[in-house]
Amino acid sequence: MYVALIVALIPLFSVLFEVFKRGVGVINLDFFTKPTPAVGEVGGGVANAIQGTLITIGLASLIAVPIGIVTGIFLSEYGDSKLSSIVRSFNELLNGMPSIVIGLFAYMLIATKVGFSVTAASFALALIMIPIVSRATEEALKLVPATIREAAIALGMPKWKTTMFVALRIARRAVATGVLLAVARIAGESAPVLVTMGYWKWWFAGLDRPVANLALNIFLFAKSPFENWIALAWGSALILIAMILGINVVVRLLTRERSP
Amino acid sequence: MTSAYKMEVENLNAWYGSNHVLIDINMKIKDRAVTAIMGPSGCGKTTFIRCLNRMHELVPRARVTGKVVFDGVNIYDDNVDPTWVRRRIGMVFQKPNPFPMLSVYDNVAFGPRIHGIRDRKLLDKIVRQSLEMASLWEEVKNDLRRPASALSGGQQQRLCIARALALEPEVILMDEPTSHLDPISAAKIEMLIRKLAERYTIVIVTHNMQQAARVSDYVAFLYMGKLVEYGPTKEVFERPRNELTEKYVTGKIS
Repeated sequence: MYVALIVALIPLFSVLFEVFKRGVGVINLDFFTKPTPAVGEVGGGVANAIQGTLITIGLASLIAVPIGIVTGIFLSEYGDSKLSSIVRSFNELLNGMPSIVIGLFAYMLIATKVGFSVTAASFALALIMIPIVSRATEEALKLVPATIREAAIALGMPKWKTTMFVALRIARRAVATGVLLAVARIAGESAPVLVTMGYWKWWFAGLDRPVANLALNIFLFAKSPFENWIALAWGSALILIAMILGINVVVRLLTRERSP
Repeated sequence: MTSAYKMEVENLNAWYGSNHVLIDINMKIKDRAVTAIMGPSGCGKTTFIRCLNRMHELVPRARVTGKVVFDGVNIYDDNVDPTWVRRRIGMVFQKPNPFPMLSVYDNVAFGPRIHGIRDRKLLDKIVRQSLEMASLWEEVKNDLRRPASALSGGQQQRLCIARALALEPEVILMDEPTSHLDPISAAKIEMLIRKLAERYTIVIVTHNMQQAARVSDYVAFLYMGKLVEYGPTKEVFERPRNELTEKYVTGKIS
C-alpha cells in the first residue's frame, strides 16, 4: 500500500521539486516589481504578468460570478421546468468543452472586432468559469434545509427574497468555494488566452489591448533561447503553482469551518 | 367582525398531484381558543393547517379549492397577497427551525424587519415582548446575541414561537410543535399554548391524543382526508358521536 502511495506521489513531488529548485533562484524583489526585460537585458521580473493575470481573472470573475450565481439559483429553485433541463445540459456541455474551443469562440466573437485584447481573453475565461460557479451555487442551495426556507416564507417573506437573503446567505460559503475553484481553474489556462490576446511584454494598456499573462510567460519564455527568460519562466511557474495552492488552502478553510 | 369565529373553512379540498388528500372540509374555528386537529398519520392534518396560511401551494403540483374565510376575507381570493395572509396567520413547525446563522435577537426581529420596521428601540421592545410572551425571555435575556443554534431544542421551539409572535399575528398554526422535544420541554410548550390562547386563536396539529385533551378547547378528528368529528374537546373525548372517533380515542385505530 505504501509503495502505491509513493509511486503515486513521485510524479507530483518531482514536478514540485523541479519547479521549486529552478524557480526559487529568480524570486527576489525585482521579480515582483519589474516588468519583462528586453532581450539581452539582465534581471527584470514578471510584475506586468502578475498585473495582467490579476486583471484578466478579475474581469472574467466580474462577468462569470453574477451569471453563474443567477444560473445556479434558477437551476436549484426552478429545477423541474423544461427550460432548466436545457440550461443544465448546456452547462454540462460548456463544462466539458476543450478550452481551446472556447478560446476560438471568444476570438471569433470579440477578438475579430475589438482586436486581441484582455476583454476577449476574460470573456473566454468567464465561459469556463460559469458552469463551475453555477454548479456550485445549485448544489449549495439544494443543501439549505427546506424547513429554514419555510420559516422565512411563513413570516410573510416572498419566495424570491427568501432565496436571495436566506438561502443564499446560508449557502454563501459553499458559493464562495465554487468561485475560488473556478478562479484556480482559469488562473493556469493558457490556450484560450493565447488565441484571444496573445503575448504581451508590457503593462496594462487598455481593455482593447492585451495584457501580460503568467501562464503564457511560461510558454513563451521557456521556448526562448535566452537564459534570463528561461529562468523567469520557472519563476512564473513557481508563483502560479503557489497561487493555485493558496486558493486551494483557502477553499479548504472555507469548507472546514462549517460546523455551527 | 365580532363573530365568535376567527376562520371559516368552506368546502376545502386539497391535492398533491392527483392525490386527493383533503375532501370537502367544513369547519369554523373559534376565536381565542385552542383547536386541536388530531388523527392518524397521513390523514391530512398537516396539509389542513398548511391550507390555512397558504403554505400548501408552495409544494410543486399542490392544489387547493374551496374557501378559507379569515375575518371576512377569503384568503384564496385572487386579490389576496399570500404574504399578507402568512403575516397575519403565523406558523410554528414540527421541528424547531430557527435561522441558524442569526442570533436569538435577529431571529425574533426577522419578521418585523422584513415588513419594514427599522427603528432600533421599537425592535428592542418587540423582541423583548415576544420573548416574554413565549416564556423564553428569562433564559436568554443576558445574551441575546448568541446564535440561535446554541439553544436547546425546547428553547429553539419557544424561540420559533416568539419569532411568530413578533409579527403580532391573530392566528397561530402549530404543526405537532412538541413531537421533536423531550417531555419536560413539551410540557412547557403546552403551558405556553394555554397562555397564548388568551390572546390568540390557535390551531394545533397533534397525533398525541393526551396532548389534544390537555391543551385544546375544541378538537377535530380527521380520517382519510375527511373531517369525521368536530366539537368541544370534552364532548368529543367523552361522548364521541361517530364510531370512528370512538375507535380512535379508545386506541382501537391509530
